[in-house]
Formats: sequence, C-alpha cells, structure tokens
Amino acid sequence: MSKYSMHLLVCGGTSCHSSESDAIVCNLRDELEAKGLIESVQVILTGCFGFCEKGPIVKVMPDNTIYVQVKPEDAQTIVEEHVIKGRKVTRLLHKNPVNSEPISDPGQMGFYKKQLRIVLRNCGFINPENIDEYIARDGYQALGKVLTEMTPEDVIKEVKDSGQRGRGGAGFSTGIKWELARKNKSDEKYVVCNADEGDPGAFMDRSVLEGDPHSVLEAMAICGYSIGATNGLIYIRAEYPLAIERLKIALTQAREYGLLGNNILSTGFNFEIKLRYGAGAFVCGEETALIHSMEGLRGEPTVKPPFPAESGYRNKPTNVNNVETFAAIPAIILKGANWFSSIGTEKSKGTKVFALAGKINNVGLIEVPMGTTLREVIFEIGGGIREGKKFKGIQTGGPSGGCLSEKHLDTPIDFDNLIAAGSIMGSGAMIVLDQDDCMVSMAKFFLDFTVEESCGKCAPCRIGNKRLHELLGQICEGKGTLEDLDRLKNMSVVIKDTALCGLGQTSPNPVLSMLDNYYDEYVAHVTDKKCPAGQCRSLMEYIINPENCVGCTACARVCPVNAISGERKEVHLIDPSICIKCGACMEKCKFDAIYIN
Amino acid sequence: MSKITSLADLKKKRDELKTGYGIGNNSDGPENTVKVKVALATCGIASGAKTVMEFFSEQLERRNIAAVVTQTGCMGYCYAEPTIEVKLQGQDPVVFGFVDLKRADQIIEKYIKTGELVDGIIPVNYQTIDLNA
Repeated sequence: MSKYSMHLLVCGGTSCHSSESDAIVCNLRDELEAKGLIESVQVILTGCFGFCEKGPIVKVMPDNTIYVQVKPEDAQTIVEEHVIKGRKVTRLLHKNPVNSEPISDPGQMGFYKKQLRIVLRNCGFINPENIDEYIARDGYQALGKVLTEMTPEDVIKEVKDSGQRGRGGAGFSTGIKWELARKNKSDEKYVVCNADEGDPGAFMDRSVLEGDPHSVLEAMAICGYSIGATNGLIYIRAEYPLAIERLKIALTQAREYGLLGNNILSTGFNFEIKLRYGAGAFVCGEETALIHSMEGLRGEPTVKPPFPAESGYRNKPTNVNNVETFAAIPAIILKGANWFSSIGTEKSKGTKVFALAGKINNVGLIEVPMGTTLREVIFEIGGGIREGKKFKGIQTGGPSGGCLSEKHLDTPIDFDNLIAAGSIMGSGAMIVLDQDDCMVSMAKFFLDFTVEESCGKCAPCRIGNKRLHELLGQICEGKGTLEDLDRLKNMSVVIKDTALCGLGQTSPNPVLSMLDNYYDEYVAHVTDKKCPAGQCRSLMEYIINPENCVGCTACARVCPVNAISGERKEVHLIDPSICIKCGACMEKCKFDAIYIN
Repeated sequence: MSKITSLADLKKKRDELKTGYGIGNNSDGPENTVKVKVALATCGIASGAKTVMEFFSEQLERRNIAAVVTQTGCMGYCYAEPTIEVKLQGQDPVVFGFVDLKRADQIIEKYIKTGELVDGIIPVNYQTIDLNA
C-alpha cells in the first residue's frame, strides 16, 4: 500500500542534529532525486536512537541496517551502494567493540539498546483500565503459580535468591524483609504498598500505577501469601488522582474475576486490598511515619526497632514495599531468581527505573540494568545536555541524595557505588545540572524542601536544617566566610548522626556532596564574593562597556529603579548601590554593551 | 464478567486473549484494522493527549478507516509528549512523538493511508521481556 519501497531514517535527536543530520537529509534527498528514486525511497528525520556516542545514525528500512557516524558526504555512497545495488556499506557499519568486526546483522545491534524494561514491561503497552490486556501479557500467572505450586517459604527463597533490594531508597533485601514478616506470629498481618512518591523529580511510581496497576496488585497478593497476610493497603498521595482512579478500576476488575477476594483460584487463599490516601507529606514515605498516617495519627516517624515487620499497622506485623519493588515481583516469580540475579552488579541485582529531569535533552522515564554508568544514562539514553552546554553535575536520589560531578560519570550505578560516591540511589530521581547552575543555590534549593518537609519531631532536623539553610543563604548573598564552610560541614555531619529518621539523616547530603565536589565554587562565594555560574544575584554586578555603549538611552528607560544615568549619545553608567539586578537593561540593549561581572 | 476459578482457567483465558481481537496487543486484528495507542498518563494528558485521542477516534471513523483506538500508560518519552503508537497490519508498531492535531492529521493521511512515514518517529531504544519465555 505504500508508494515507498524503502525508508531512510536519519536521527534528528538534539545530539545528532548538532552533528549535521539536516545536511545528511538534504544530501540523501538530492542523491535520490538525481538517481530518479525520490518517488520510491523516503528520507525522514526521527527522534533520538539513544546511541548518541556513534551518531549521527542512519537506519535503512525495511532491512533494519544501522549506519553510524554518518557524514553528509556519505549520502552518495549510501544511495549508490545500499539503495541501488543492495550492498551494505561496510565502513559505515558499527564495529563490534570486542573484535572490531563490522556488524551487519541488525539482530546483533541490540546492545545499543541500553534500556531493559522489566518493571515497565507493560507501561505504554497495555490499556491499564482493561484487566484482559494484563492477563494477555501473562498477568496473574505468577500469583497462580505461587498459590498452586509453591509454599510461602519457596516464594521467600525465590525473592531472596533474586537479590532484589527495595526500590524505595534504602535498598534493603526484599526477601529478608518478607522473611522477617513471615517469622513474626500474629492473628493478623498487613501488606502495605508505599506509593507516597515525594522526591522532587521522581515520577516512576506514578507512571507504573497509571500504566500497569495490576502488576502491583498481583505482587501484593503474592507477598500476602508469603508472609501470611490477608489484607493489603496502598498508601497513595491524593495528588495522584489518575493513579488512584486507575487503581480503583483495577481493584474492581480483579475482584470481579475473583483474582482478589476469597478463595482465589479455588486455592483457599483470601486477599483484599484497600486504598489509603496521604496528604502529600515527604516524611510519610518513611515507613513508620507512613503507618502512623494510615492509622489516622500525625505522620511522624518513630524509632526502629520495633520494625514494622514486628509491630506495624495497628501493632500487627506489617511488610512495606515500594511500588517499583512490587512491580518486578511477578517477573521474578515467572522467570526465576537466577534470571533476575544474572542482571545487574554483584550486590545490586536487576534493573532500576530512573526519572531523568533537569538540563537534559530526553527528559523521561528509563529503565536500565544496575551497573549502567551515569555517562550512558546522561549522554546516550538521555541524549546529552540541553543546548550543547557543559555538564556540571547530577543530583541522584532527590533532596536526600548527593550531587555527583564529572569525575563520577563512569561510575556504574548501583546502591553501593552511589553511596561510596557520596550520594544515594533513593527512589531514582536524576536531576541534571549544567554550567549555569550554582552549587550553593542548588544546595539551598534542596534544603528549602527539607526544611519545609521536616516534621519537627527531632531537634537536629528541625533546627539544624534551618541553620544550614540560613548559612547557605548568607553565602549566596556574599556574607559568608571561610569559617562558615567548616560550620556547614560540621553541622551537616552532626545532623546526619543524630536525626531520628531517614529524612533528617539524609537531608545534609546535598550540602556535603556539593561542598566536596565543588569546593572551589563555595570558596569563590565567600572569599572573592563571586558566583562563577552567575546565578547569585547579590554577587552580580551589571556593568556598561563604554566601548559598545552608544548612548541610546534604551537601558535607562527600561530600568525600574532609575539606577542608570547618562546623557543622550553619551556613555551610560549603572549605579550599583541602586541596581536591583533585574537584568532588564541587558535584555533591552541592542549593542551588547551591558555585561555581568 | 465471570469469575476465574482455577489456574487452568486463567491460562485458558490468557491464550484466548492472546489470539483474540484487539487485545493481544501486537497481534493483527481482523482485516485491515489499524491500531492506535495513545499514551494517557498524567504527563501525556497535561500535554494534550486526550484531545489527540478524541481526534483519532473521530477522524478515523469519519474517514472510513477500520481502527481500534485505545489508551495506554506512559511510554517514557516525556520530552516528546503527546506520544502515540500506530500499528498497521503486518508491520512493526511505530511510535510518534510531539503529536499535535496537525501531526495527527498527517499521520492519518500519510502513514495510515499510504504507509509514508512522517516526522516525529521515536525509534525503539529499549529491550523488553516476555514473561512466558
């Protein structure tokens, strides 16, 4: 039905675009035109292939040949050799990194697809409001297998052997957690799903619940069977109305099919799930605070032990896992612990979903095997830094995490490596920073969040973080001293050591890691009173370059505080004592005469 | 809906659904049915995916093209929302990003009607798993 027998797909991702993909498209079209083939071969620009390292990429369809590092002058060869004679252009094929052999079989090109979707296997694939689509994708088969073929101990062993660690942030072994909950005897136990996703920049839990709610329900039932619970609760923030709606639909459909409720699949196992709404407090992501919130109490953490596995919801043994942790469980059960543990690094198994945000081209949700490097995530899957600017750092783990710099780019991402580098995995938010971001302001920004979200129960977090925030504010305003940098560090260490819960214990991480990795920038703020990134307003000075100024008076007219003086056709002057650094003059000037010092 | 009362039942249901019409995702529907999936997660809806979905439902019918238009979750391409996937009979599904109504119209007129590709294609850059394999 197509009038075209062949398509040439040219990568138009931002990264390839800067390496002349437009010119490649033009040349290909010209060549085809010249050979009279323009009516039967179509050339088209596409989005990012996620293989920017070897860009620009040209893919020939239908035979799926991928050419790498194509130059505009290669257009003639591609048309003459591949399109007309049907011969692959060997020198443009990707070389196998191991033996330098050109790869012509597209089936072997899979390695450039650095993402592996286990948790996101159904997201963007099935209709989340139709249980049949989930069942068609082997949904609820894992529950069936568990109930008919496995003892609770078998299930726990399988999950333990898989090496899966909690995806909510702390990275505790899922299997051991289940085992502890199973060992504690009680007439009633609870399975809780933590869907209180609160990190700025994290949206993977929401996406899973919106795209594949049944995977979480199925896993909760499996967990219930393993630990001996018949009731499940999903604690979800009220700010996620669509996720809530789709969960409700999923619950109704699962009950109608008898996949939740009494005597599931005639095995005598009963399991029911209810929703509990949170008001969106960051601290309620901490499991003890979450449980208190579900009980109708203030969302405040309590000291562990007792762990929820001993005494949790209504003082009964309770197992709390994160959405992403649950979503991987059906795959672990069906494909086995060996399969799961073959993916990832020595101590972090499987894949991790990351939310890429900030100054990165391909903002989005990705899932990669543990052990993928930050460089691969940022510069290949993420398509590199926006507007071709320079990479400065990446904040992993949200406000509880740290900011990693260029020297960490080749670190394989896993729980332990991130901790060793001074950050954490956290829930998987990744905020990319570029040359224009000031690391003092950034630390202050994250502290803004923690100060706001601190529940106030313990003094280190309530008072300490407030003081940290004040110190950072002073440094941004040019009122800091070198001694302040030591105070920042000391206070951070004390807060980490003495705060009651995970929120306080991790809140100084951005400050510590940024001090560590960008110490010179902090020193510049306190000794030179300069902000190298040009973000801290108090430290900026707008200056008129007399060589460029023609005295057009445009700047003086736009200045809201009349800080600019000067006669018509004479050089103008900004009075720094009046200037409020709004930047209006600089925007208005047509002669590039105003600059920031 | 009738209850599924055993694992054998569940397996039977899955096998029926896999080969069945419209559900077994990438299997072909009857005749020349076109399948359009619109990513309707919060992010997609915020960038206008609902309007795009309505447009496809209405226009495909009006232009007499046999099609199934469904919603799905986040495809992961937040930078390119709204995103849709189109599957033509016998072909691999193709994902399009930045789909506004103008591009939606182009997709119907060019890709769906004649198989001609249009701008905004997002190449598949991930591998996924088959739970049954």
